[in-house]
Amino acid sequence: MGLNLIVLVKQVPDTQNITGEAMKEDGTVNRAALPAIFNPDDLHALEAALEVKEAIPGTKVHVLTMGPPSAAQVLKESLYRGADFTALISDRKFAGADTLATSYALKCAIEKIGTYDIVFCGRQAIDGDTAQVGPQTAEKLGINQITNVSSIEKVDPKKKELVAKRSIEGGFEIVKASFPLLLTVNDEEYVPRPPSVIKMMSYKNAGVGGDESAYDESYLNSAGTERNKDIISLWDIAAIHARVESCGLAGSPTKVKKIESVILKSEDIKMIENTGEAIADMVHELIADHTLG
Amino acid sequence: MSSKNSVMVFIQQDDGTVSDVSIELLSKARDLATQLRTEVTGVLIGDAVKAEAAGLVPYGVDEIFVIEDKRLKNYTPVPYTKVMVEMIKKHEPQIVLYGATTTGRDLGPRIASNLKVGLTADCTDLQIGDYSFKDSEYKDILYQIRPAFGGNIIATIVAPEKKPQMATVREGVMKVGSPQPGYKGKITPVTFSFSDADFPSEIIKRIREEKLVDLKGSQIIVSGGIGVGSKENFALIYELAHTLGGEVGASRAAVDAGFISKDHQVGQTGTTVRPKLYIACGISGAIQHRAGMSESARIIAINTDNEAPIFQIAHYGIVGDLNDVIPKFIKAFKAKE
Ligand SMILES: Cc1cc2nc3c(=O)[nH]c(=O)nc-3n(C[C@H](O)[C@H](O)[C@H](O)COP(=O)(O)OP(=O)(O)OC[C@H]3O[C@@H](n4cnc5c(N)ncnc54)[C@H](O)[C@@H]3O)c2cc1C
Ligand SMILES: Cc1cc2nc3c(=O)[nH]c(=O)nc-3n(C[C@H](O)[C@H](O)[C@H](O)COP(=O)(O)OP(=O)(O)OC[C@H]3O[C@@H](n4cnc5c(N)ncnc54)[C@H](O)[C@@H]3O)c2cc1C
Repeated sequence: MGLNLIVLVKQVPDTQNITGEAMKEDGTVNRAALPAIFNPDDLHALEAALEVKEAIPGTKVHVLTMGPPSAAQVLKESLYRGADFTALISDRKFAGADTLATSYALKCAIEKIGTYDIVFCGRQAIDGDTAQVGPQTAEKLGINQITNVSSIEKVDPKKKELVAKRSIEGGFEIVKASFPLLLTVNDEEYVPRPPSVIKMMSYKNAGVGGDESAYDESYLNSAGTERNKDIISLWDIAAIHARVESCGLAGSPTKVKKIESVILKSEDIKMIENTGEAIADMVHELIADHTLG
Repeated sequence: MSSKNSVMVFIQQDDGTVSDVSIELLSKARDLATQLRTEVTGVLIGDAVKAEAAGLVPYGVDEIFVIEDKRLKNYTPVPYTKVMVEMIKKHEPQIVLYGATTTGRDLGPRIASNLKVGLTADCTDLQIGDYSFKDSEYKDILYQIRPAFGGNIIATIVAPEKKPQMATVREGVMKVGSPQPGYKGKITPVTFSFSDADFPSEIIKRIREEKLVDLKGSQIIVSGGIGVGSKENFALIYELAHTLGGEVGASRAAVDAGFISKDHQVGQTGTTVRPKLYIACGISGAIQHRAGMSESARIIAINTDNEAPIFQIAHYGIVGDLNDVIPKFIKAFKAKE
């Protein structure tokens, strides 16, 4: 009795490894220069789903992402690791979505898949950094959730329930809950597997196809070859039966009023010689201004 | 019945004790409510928690709604969402605040999704101001200020069109106000009827240890990173901290390496601190570490690598081996008289 699993993954700019090239002269980050990567927590979420699939024969792993055409890359990487089905949810009308509009579109896409037992999300994306999309999607689907899961202790496909360990401040909880259920997975215990070389060979040319062709970007066209051109489904707003007014900027109650780049350099640093005398001078200065007492 | 348009706080309790962040939020809510000429309300959910409410009123809280049930003892998402959604619909607050804790970040988004309103994550500041958008002028809107992009940017978010405006707020960033002993506020028990279907999660086990380390309350913090080299060598960090009368902090890498327990971790996924003096020893200064300490009044960085990013935010920099620098520091301080 296999399970139906859905994993939500996001392509993000790599905000964690900012190299010199992505730094502007004024000490701020050039966001456009950051490479696009698989959101780190989502690799842990995918790993959790793949481990359930391996333990329970007949289980299928569906991976969904909402994003621009280039986000198909994270779906390819999911295929390399063992996903059974992938879909790119992409439409210009999704642009500018906050977490509410994002979770609405993801809910519509999940309902298009139909029956499911567990939805896996990463705990948090490293660009928006909100950790809101998982719980918001669960509420829209009307299902229970367990967030900040570090491991799944037990899955019972007959009773349709699982036991998971979730981290809380200063400790953990062991929680039991029935399907359908949404989990957000953190990076504490799962070790994401590397891509399989054999799968990489077979999906190397995987392209995006689908119900309707929402885009004719060259990226999509160049990716496909005859053999497995349409491996990655492409779903636009009509395909997932979403209401336009609930998507993208129109469906987003939050607005960004202002963005300030954090300046990573301080103006006045005092370099202290590594000598007993210089360090003693610094200590005296700190005592004099009451920093040290 | 309290007035509508209040500033409402979800009062988080853990094992029956109100969390520090909730007191921080009630204090901030008081400031905001005074500016907006409205009331502060709180919602406290749990089992036998009513006695906790009285201690919160002096922070300037006008009404605290208390919802008690044995099955609400520990937080689970479904019944807590049900209670908060109903309380918000009934009392129509203009602002609702949650701590950006594991609980607040589990609960807040479910409520926002249910009510179809905005939610700003992990705010580090809240202000009131005006906003104009598409020929509309909005007065007295909540500016929700938060770091994003791994801490590389600070965004000001507004949600002017829908009420309530909701935010989760990082622990430790809002200052606790001074309690006014005579403040008059009501404590109002509210009854809810639940069915078994409202409790789909069963907590089989819950292990939680109170933090033994008081990083937030410490004016001097001496932190060690991977550069300390070993668990044994952390003794040197402890010695400097004790000499200066401070607490010991650490980078996540030092925690992951097993040098010291997670309670000591400073940063995005640890504790946010802003002491008078922060001494970073053998810490490179990754953005996630700086997110938790860059507001310190004075920062001293001790590092062998003169290009370590920590020097970019330090006020004093010492390029050298911490095993050599720290003993000199201790000696200089002890010799101060
Ligand atoms: C500077 C800045 C600040 C922002 N602040 C807010 C804010 O305070 N409130 C708000 O509502 N929006 C905010 N947004 C918008 C928000 O980033 C987007 O809505 C984004 O689509 C999802 O949020 P996130 O990146 O925080 O994801 P998270 O909620 O952190 O993601 C959690 C998990 O949800 C899944 N997921 C998230 N996005 C997708 C996707 N597109 N496709 C598939 N799975 C996905 C993944 O499993 C992911 O690990 C902000 C955006 C920016 C640029
Ligand atoms: C999602 C996420 C959340 C995170 N949250 C946090 C967080 O909350 N807090 C946190 O700290 N990190 C956090 N990190 C990790 C962070 O990115 C860094 O990996 C970590 O802070 C590095 O720790 P470090 O400075 O001790 O180690 P390193 O970066 O390895 O630096 C060690 C430093 O020690 C110096 N050194 C070596 N030997 C000596 C010596 N003898 N004397 C003096 N100096 C010496 C080296 O020059 C180097 O600069 C997070 C990462 C992620 C991805």
